[in-house]
Amino acid sequence: MKLLRCPLNGLRNIAEFLYGGEVHPLTDPSHHGARAWAEQVFFDDNAAGLVLEWWCHRPTSYWFIAERNTVTDQVLRTFASSEYYVESVTFKRVSSGDPNA
Amino acid sequence: MPFGLLKYGLRKQHPGQHHFTPTKPLKSHYDVVIIGAGGHGCSIAYYLAKQHGITDIALIDKAYLGGGNTARNTAVIRSNYLTESGVNFYRDSVELYQGLSNEFGYNIMMENRGQLTLAHSDAAIRSFRWRAEVNQHLGVRSELVDRQTIRELVPNLNLSEDSRFPILAGLWHADGATARHDAVVWGYARGACQRGVELHQLTEAQGIEIDAGRVVGVRTNRGKIACGAVVQAVAGASSVVGKLAGIKLPIHSFPLQAMVTQPYKPVLTPHVSSPHVHVYVHQTSRGEFVIGGGSDPYPLYHTRATLDQREILSAATLELFPFLAQAKVLRQWAGTTDMTPDYSPIMGLSPVENYYLDAGWGTWGFKATPISGKTMAELVATGKVPALIQPFELERFYRFQQVNEAGATAASH
Ligand SMILES: Cc1cc2nc3c(=O)[nH]c(=O)nc-3n(C[C@H](O)[C@H](O)[C@H](O)COP(=O)(O)OP(=O)(O)OC[C@H]3O[C@@H](n4cnc5c(N)ncnc54)[C@H](O)[C@@H]3O)c2cc1C
Repeated sequence: MKLLRCPLNGLRNIAEFLYGGEVHPLTDPSHHGARAWAEQVFFDDNAAGLVLEWWCHRPTSYWFIAERNTVTDQVLRTFASSEYYVESVTFKRVSSGDPNA
Repeated sequence: MPFGLLKYGLRKQHPGQHHFTPTKPLKSHYDVVIIGAGGHGCSIAYYLAKQHGITDIALIDKAYLGGGNTARNTAVIRSNYLTESGVNFYRDSVELYQGLSNEFGYNIMMENRGQLTLAHSDAAIRSFRWRAEVNQHLGVRSELVDRQTIRELVPNLNLSEDSRFPILAGLWHADGATARHDAVVWGYARGACQRGVELHQLTEAQGIEIDAGRVVGVRTNRGKIACGAVVQAVAGASSVVGKLAGIKLPIHSFPLQAMVTQPYKPVLTPHVSSPHVHVYVHQTSRGEFVIGGGSDPYPLYHTRATLDQREILSAATLELFPFLAQAKVLRQWAGTTDMTPDYSPIMGLSPVENYYLDAGWGTWGFKATPISGKTMAELVATGKVPALIQPFELERFYRFQQVNEAGATAASH
């Protein structure tokens, strides 16, 4: 059984966790247009090596960040997302106009 | 042919044939460099040489010929997809497969056994009906079948109404088939080499040289190669190689695992797949049961097999075929699959001029080996994107025009 250390719940069976994608800066769609938004939604580094990624402990719905080596499958560190995101992100609503502009 | 065989048999010595180019020094320039000598790379080289007379090609692989996903897949060939783009594309591939043994003079062991996909819910029946209609309209043999027909097609299947997920109906695809995956890549490689293509194994692409937005060369562990065009056909390494050319892709790499049991006498003819319990099973002509469909739950560039997947695949298999409870698993393995958000490939032009993409083959690319080679070769030779692969261009993600085949690929083959 492979174990993962949840910052909130400690060592748990990896089957209790959900992989949630790479951690990268969020693009504000109101500033960057459709191409940047497409990249935000679909495109990723998918790097072979050290990556930062989101994980969720399903039974407690707790989201956190893990540093993992995608070649050796070793998790180096898991930590609360508040260590990484110091400010919360808010997007302004696009009021009108062409979103493709 | 039988006479040739007889003569060969009566000879005192039995010299082996050289199928592929023996290793030579790399030249400093080629018209085309193909990165990745799996089924796709070899197929592209073959059709470039055969159909378009382009033979100054270096077909390079960091490991050995056909040792990637081409060696690891479960060889399911089918065309019962859902979208018009998908069905047309895979249908042409299945048709090309039918003629390959004759074309190569090399037996690819094509077996037309048909494929049965199982519905365990009303929602699945509705989607099967939809697929059957789309398939028939586009000339693919596909029909919704009831439990009685399923019983006749697969007498050993667990059709009990007391099982956890009773089987309600099926999608029968008479065009479904399997072939020997190694023979497919060897046949293409041999045909390409006979026409002058150079196969360079143990030759890794480590850098891509770009000048004014146009590809001009490839750096390898054996030196630099200047070239006019590059095709990347590296399956599980698509993001890594793409990055060498500065191209970001909508791909995540997941290991896909499969396993095979000890051989039994022939008891199962078609390929049986259940998107619901998430497994697919067929019996090879050697008698082994091939069991597939287990993707790891998170991305990884590693081809280890796990106990978790063995357990999940075994449990699902026993739902369908309880008689396999005593079967010994002989081998279990994995390949790195380059998964796209819409379960369709990424083929065609890239942001770099003369740098072509043949990527995003995920868990479904073996069946596309002939047609992707043919269409990609046409693209490289003419510079025009063939209509059949236009829907699969990278640009579709920027236009939010995905080709959604997630449902038709739900059991990962
Ligand atoms: C377990 C499993 C089951 C599957 N089952 C099916 C199925 O039933 N039906 C189906 O249609 N598909 C199936 N697939 C998917 C199918 O195997 C692949 O989509 C297909 O084989 C891809 O072929 P390819 O030639 O593009 O890749 P590969 O055969 O992987 O070839 C790519 C080559 O690129 C080389 N390479 C990588 N990086 C470099 C570099 N930097 N420089 C030089 N060379 C490099 C590799 O060494 C490799 O040989 C399955 C896959 C797996 C893993």
